[in-house]
Amino acid sequence: MITDRIADPLNPVYRRRLWVHRIGITLSFAAMAVGLLFLLWILATLLIKGGGALSISMFTQTTPAPGSDGGGLSNAIVGSLMLVGLATAISTPIGILAGIYLAEYGEQSWLAKVTRFVTDIMLSAPSIVIGLFIYAIYVAQAKHFSGWAGTFAISLIAIPVVVRTTDNMLRLVPNSLLEAAFALGAPRWKVATMVRLRAVKAGVMTGALLALARISGETAPLLFTALNNQFFSTNMNAPLANLPVVIYQFAMSPYDNWRSLAWGAALLVTFSVLALNILSRALFNQKIQN
Amino acid sequence: MFDQFVQTMSANISSIAMTSVDQDKKSDEVSIIDKAMLAAMRNQRAQDFLFHKVTLVFALSVLLVLAGIIVSLAIGAWPAFKEFGLSFITTVEWDPVNDKYGALIAIVGTLATSFIALVIAFPLSFGIALFLTEICPVWLRRPLGTAVELLAGVPSIIYGMWGLFVFAPLFADYVQPVLAKTLGQLPVIGQLFKGPMMGIGILTAGLILSVMIIPFIASVMRDVFEVVPTVLKESAYGLGCTKWEVVRKVVLPYTKNGVVGGVMLGLGRALGETMAVTFVIGNSNHLSWSLFAAGNSIASTLANEFAEAETPLHVSSLFALALILFVITFIVLSAAKLMLLQMSRKEGVK
Repeated sequence: MITDRIADPLNPVYRRRLWVHRIGITLSFAAMAVGLLFLLWILATLLIKGGGALSISMFTQTTPAPGSDGGGLSNAIVGSLMLVGLATAISTPIGILAGIYLAEYGEQSWLAKVTRFVTDIMLSAPSIVIGLFIYAIYVAQAKHFSGWAGTFAISLIAIPVVVRTTDNMLRLVPNSLLEAAFALGAPRWKVATMVRLRAVKAGVMTGALLALARISGETAPLLFTALNNQFFSTNMNAPLANLPVVIYQFAMSPYDNWRSLAWGAALLVTFSVLALNILSRALFNQKIQN
Repeated sequence: MFDQFVQTMSANISSIAMTSVDQDKKSDEVSIIDKAMLAAMRNQRAQDFLFHKVTLVFALSVLLVLAGIIVSLAIGAWPAFKEFGLSFITTVEWDPVNDKYGALIAIVGTLATSFIALVIAFPLSFGIALFLTEICPVWLRRPLGTAVELLAGVPSIIYGMWGLFVFAPLFADYVQPVLAKTLGQLPVIGQLFKGPMMGIGILTAGLILSVMIIPFIASVMRDVFEVVPTVLKESAYGLGCTKWEVVRKVVLPYTKNGVVGGVMLGLGRALGETMAVTFVIGNSNHLSWSLFAAGNSIASTLANEFAEAETPLHVSSLFALALILFVITFIVLSAAKLMLLQMSRKEGVK
């Protein structure tokens, strides 16, 4: 009977609570809808504006000279693949070894605690500052922009991602597994690499893929390091064309064909990054379920 | 723990080996095996030592990079600070033609855009996190969660292009006039919503930044909301609370530190965001009360001017800006991290 009175639709307190609840929940729905709307809006823009620019010549021709017609992105695509590939090759082993240290010895030493803290901060550090750092220590000394400088800059951005995921994944391995290996007389380095690391191989791979996705779209650190190159070049000691910087320069240009190429490049970059993101998640979920 | 374990184990084995050496002195065969075993053990100890040191070096490389960044920026910024002193931070003028530099416009632009981004992103992220943890049917959770996280995957420069070519024109035509007519008429804050409606400027940059940081804040909030013990929520429901009341009065107070940490993390991201802001902020070195006006942030100044800086003082002033940006983000991100650590300690206590 008391509950009847409380839940009575005429009870003002009850009605107010109900309305606050309804408004709150509706706003929550709305927030989710806004988030999805922006994602779809951006993707639709890319498909409409970039889809029109997609053609065979985009993959076969190099970036056009100012004022000339046509042109493609082949030099930028190759340059980007080289930058990202080399950066992944550099950052993955470094990140995994550092991650192993944090997971293996991280409980005992203050040094590891500090490192873990700093890694988390470097994960969100402004990427343009990292570009400036490489400029100061490499480009300014060598006196020229180069593909290597760009590679180092984006490696520095990728390393914390790999360290962090490796560390997190390794700490998921159950102690009993490690103790079993120790009981067989295995030395620590074998347990760490051949038991612990192997158990979470999929997770560590996910980290490397996420790092790859993260650096594929990075523009700011490449502005003062790899710069851009109008011509086809695979020389890592010279300025190297790459998709993000081409997008930046072409999008702001007065030429129609440049801007259309910029949208094409934007489509390529975004969809490869998103595909990598989804791939890494799928891979991870599948392995975890197994 | 394992260190001790391994050490005691190897100590035990070697003492067993020693006693057996004493007992079976006559038997050469056995002692050879013992010696081989001891040698193998010593070998393993050496390998483990090496393994420890090698991984340590790689872990230290992360610290080394941080130190390197701070030192190299400080060296680069030194001439500017020597020339202008600490008034560099409070000087408005940024004039490459006369070689006079002050950081105030860039600092104000950075803080204003990030603040706008936070004000907008916080309620939206909260709504999204709430939806994903409490309202959404379970089968929809993963796809929707992934979709929100993909928002974080879209590269910064794409936000910039989309903001400049798609969002800004619509914003100038439809939203800015409305803002000017409503908020712009209010006595004090009206100043913020006046001026030419170009579509680009501080407000647009803040809006785009808010979309960019939503996924970061939302995913931290979602993670901390999931930590709340079910028994707490069920007790509240048992007392007749509505879902909103449970979230507002149980979940939110319980996860306060985590939520603030997530917001700070978003702030740290917003402060250092470069390409998106560079596209839409308008890149003008004038200070104005209007949020519609074009401005500059630290990161956009760097992106625009660094490659073209000619005089050593200009370069050095840009390094000084970068140093200021790095210090601010470092402090904000450290605070975020500490908040989240407190939250995860609570998780352990639970």
